[in-house]
Amino acid sequence: MITVKELTKRYARNTAVDHISFEVQKGQIVGFLGPNGAGKTTTMRMLTCFLPPTAGSATVAGFDVLEQPLEVKKRIGYLPESPPLYPEMETGEYLSFVGKLKGLSGTELGKRVDYACDRCAVADVKNKLLGKLSKGYRQRVGLAQAIIHNPDVLILDEPTAGLDPKQINETRELIKGLAGDHTIILSTHILPEVEQTCEQVIIINKGKLVATDSVHNLQNRARGAETVLVEIAGRNGSLDMGVVQSRLQQIAGISRVQFKTSHGNRSVFEVESQKGFVRGDLARSVVEAGWDLNELRPAAMSLEEIFLQLTGSEAPAEQAATKGAQ
Amino acid sequence: MRNISIIWRKEMNSYFVSPIAYLLLTMFGLIFGFFFWNALGYFVLMGMESQMRGQMFPMNLNEQVIRPLLSNASVTGLFFIPMITMRLFAEEKRSGTMELLTTSPIRDLEVILGKWFAAVTLYACMLLFTALNFAFLFKYGNPDWKPLAIGYLGLLLQAGGLLAIGTFISTLTKNQIIAGAATFGVCLLLWVLEWVSGYETATWAQVLAYMSVITHFESFAKGVLDTKDAIFYLTVIFLGLFFTARSMESLRWRS
Repeated sequence: MITVKELTKRYARNTAVDHISFEVQKGQIVGFLGPNGAGKTTTMRMLTCFLPPTAGSATVAGFDVLEQPLEVKKRIGYLPESPPLYPEMETGEYLSFVGKLKGLSGTELGKRVDYACDRCAVADVKNKLLGKLSKGYRQRVGLAQAIIHNPDVLILDEPTAGLDPKQINETRELIKGLAGDHTIILSTHILPEVEQTCEQVIIINKGKLVATDSVHNLQNRARGAETVLVEIAGRNGSLDMGVVQSRLQQIAGISRVQFKTSHGNRSVFEVESQKGFVRGDLARSVVEAGWDLNELRPAAMSLEEIFLQLTGSEAPAEQAATKGAQ
Repeated sequence: MRNISIIWRKEMNSYFVSPIAYLLLTMFGLIFGFFFWNALGYFVLMGMESQMRGQMFPMNLNEQVIRPLLSNASVTGLFFIPMITMRLFAEEKRSGTMELLTTSPIRDLEVILGKWFAAVTLYACMLLFTALNFAFLFKYGNPDWKPLAIGYLGLLLQAGGLLAIGTFISTLTKNQIIAGAATFGVCLLLWVLEWVSGYETATWAQVLAYMSVITHFESFAKGVLDTKDAIFYLTVIFLGLFFTARSMESLRWRS
């Protein structure tokens, strides 16, 4: 559905997007992930024909963004970072204006406006001025505006930014619900969002593509070995760290035991194994040694850790730097 | 054509939903009404004087009322034009709705023409408002309607050119006040350029004076449709819209 080849955007002094290539299949939800200033918005703007690329090419539904921008625009629904609303218009009036802009007319237009209102749960504010709507409603009207002409591709730039937790959940559910009919690219710097909503992740940093894979694969890839957190309590008095460590190390398959923290007589260890599932052996061994096993849980690597691992741990400092630059 | 009318309707809607249109209509109507009252008062005085002296001055409504009125309206228009155009693009840029327009399947030129037509329409409404005054003139006198129509055509052409310039300036900034002030400055300059012809007759002065939008209105005020002047205004319109299109295109490369 979307093919991006060596896409590059250079400004006078810096390169915002640097030779990015990826593909998105029909019907997928793809998360576009990166710290602030990584080039997410710039890439999306090139896909929507808002910005022309400096080099490389991008095609949407088979049409090139430079050669046939009108055809591309007909097939794209775009929600920019701040929803493009006219405060002096009413919701219904606005949606019908956008519908007309996108080429709808007559009864078809009315039907689509009603559909988009229902789908995005803004029917109850249809006759309210956009300038008077709350942030959550504004965002949903923005989404309704993007789906009004039933586009093949939806491009959503940080659709949940600035919403409260309840609205964030509603918006995510809404986006998931839309996935069947549309191919969706959504950008975000909130990682759980990608884990929850997307099938595929594209991670970019400093304008460069860092990784592109399915969420599941990425987690597996970064995890490699299984890591388990064990909390052990001594029955009488405190534990001898050395004894515990050597005892755990003797279990077949365990490659590394690391002491994490301790509270009183309870201590937490991180245990890494190469051959996969060792939790059974681990539990037995602890109990046999006469300790209490308080907790045993797999430390699945969250996307957050993968992300930091891939983009380098200096990401937060860099965010501050790019923010300053903007 | 369809897209132009979509944009046109949206702009008309925002003019008339906000107080802008009503404010402009009222102010322009008021000022024009004052001019009319003055011009008519003077005309009546002249009429009485000519009777008292017993000798007949040539009295002509077209020459003595309509012509100075139209000239005044043409200058007054300069002050109103920035208020019509300043928000056209600046507002869209500030609120981010520019992104909606430029990512919709609609050409830049259609957006520009839609907006410019809306601005011209609002100005035409203001002119229509002033026609009320002339209705009285026609009721109690018998002026010739043709020079008046040509005068109105001139006002519309002149405003069309200045509105195109204002539209262009509005694409240059996100700030309505800056757009308005800059447009106002340019409008004033295009008016006063003509003054150099008062003391200087060199070629450069003639060129400057030629560029003044007011000089070209004189023939229209007289009720004469001079192609030279009409073409001048049409050229200004074309150039203004052309620069708007270039500027809108460059937004994409710069932003």
